[in-house]
This record gives sequence, structure tokens and C-alpha cells, in this order.
Amino acid sequence: MHLLIAFLAGFLMSVGIAVSKMIDPAKVVAFLDLTGNWDPSLALVMAAALAVYSIGFRLIRQKAAPILAEKFELPLLTKPDKPLLIGAAIFGLGWGLAGYCPGPAISALSAGSIGTLGFVIAMIAGWYLARKWPLPH
Amino acid sequence: MENFTPLSALIGGSFIGLGALLLMAALGKIAGISGISSRAIFEREGRSWRLAFVAGLLIGPVAVGLLLSDFSFSTPEFTLRTVVAGLLVGLGTAWGSGCTSGHGVCGIGRFSTRSILATLVFMAVGVFVASLF
Repeated sequence: MHLLIAFLAGFLMSVGIAVSKMIDPAKVVAFLDLTGNWDPSLALVMAAALAVYSIGFRLIRQKAAPILAEKFELPLLTKPDKPLLIGAAIFGLGWGLAGYCPGPAISALSAGSIGTLGFVIAMIAGWYLARKWPLPH
Repeated sequence: MENFTPLSALIGGSFIGLGALLLMAALGKIAGISGISSRAIFEREGRSWRLAFVAGLLIGPVAVGLLLSDFSFSTPEFTLRTVVAGLLVGLGTAWGSGCTSGHGVCGIGRFSTRSILATLVFMAVGVFVASLF
């Protein structure tokens, strides 16, 4: 049952990424690039996702525990630190260069593009290197 | 602004929110795609549910392609720029503990200071880089 739920959650999210066209890096760059033919669509994707999640999260948190697990696993860190800000800046750099963040890149793999595959393999290498050399706080 | 697609953006965004909500409601987990995918690869504990989530990610667009006849999207060329971008996205999301889904949707959705700050930073840098280069 856990596996089915996890599969369904990933499935729903990538259906959303596909339907909203955020799976298309050109569409994402058209939002990020303010100098060209600006496309505000991504702002609405975020707004809709946030509206659904923030309202739902408030309702869910009124319960003592999730439906199929013992507790809610929320991040232990609450204060901003150096790794968070440096990491976010480096992520933004890569995102702006390619128009891909992790979700859309993984979701687009089924299209069979060698460019997408190259991006994802490089991203996995980045995950490996960052885990090997964590940034000091 | 002729490329603006408000309806599909709102529908797609709602699906993203629903999927993330399902993971929190049923399993109590944050739906951060970078964290789940990297741990599915590099950590043994909790691998099975994370792999199931990644399988869902991979299959979603295939289902959309079967249902919507006019569904298509562009993909990047295999260039140095694409590979460098992938490396930066990997490093940045691991060091920064999250990406657009984990910080931008789940984190802001529960009003986390860390996630609001992280999202402002990666949005600002993303806009800066995409506008300049």
C-alpha cells in the first residue's frame, strides 16, 4: 500500500508537470527570461500548487498522524544557514542555464532525448559529489 | 505574452499540489523530488517507496501523452551547457536541501522560513541567468 501511494504521488506530480508544460525547458526559460517574449505561466503553476498544498497541509496537520504512517516527518532544521543559501544559488544558476529542475528533467526521460539523459546523469553526479563533500555550516 | 497558458498552468499546478499532499497525508513525507530521487539512489533505507515515487514520475507524462493527442514538448540538445547545468542543479539541490517541489511547493506551503528564502534565492538567480545568457 505504501508503494502504491508513493507511486501515485509521483505520478500525479509528473502529470501536473506535463499538463502545465513545465516539462518543456523552453517554457520554463520563457518565464525566467524577462528580456524575451515573457510567459508568466510558471507563476500560475506555482500559485495553484501552493494553494492546494497549503490549504491541504493545514487540514492534514490537525490529525495526530498520517493515514499509513506513525508520524509526520518534517525537516529538523528551521533556521536558514550557509549551505541552504549557497546551494539555492547554485541550483538557480543551473536552472536558469537549462530550464530544468529535477522533477521536469526526470519526468521528461521517457521522451528518450540524449540531452535530457545527459542532464539527469550530470545531476546525479552532482548529488553524489555534494553528499561526499557537504558544505560547512 | 502569446505563449501564456493560464488554464493548463492552473490545472497542472493543482495536480502537483495534490500529488505532494497525498504523500504527506498518507505517508507523512515531504514531496521533495530532488531529495527523494537522490536518496532512492544513494541510501538503502527507505529505498522501495522512493523508487516507487520515481517510477510514478517517469510514467506520468507517458499517460498524459496517451490521453492528450496534441501533447508534445521540447528537450535540450546534448551540449556542455546542458551537462554543466545538470551538475549545478545536482550540487545545488543537495547542498540547499531541496528544489522547486520541496522548497517551492511543500516548504512555502507550510510557511517554512528556510524554504521561502531558498525559493527567493533560486528564483532570483534563475531569472538573472536566463535573462543574461
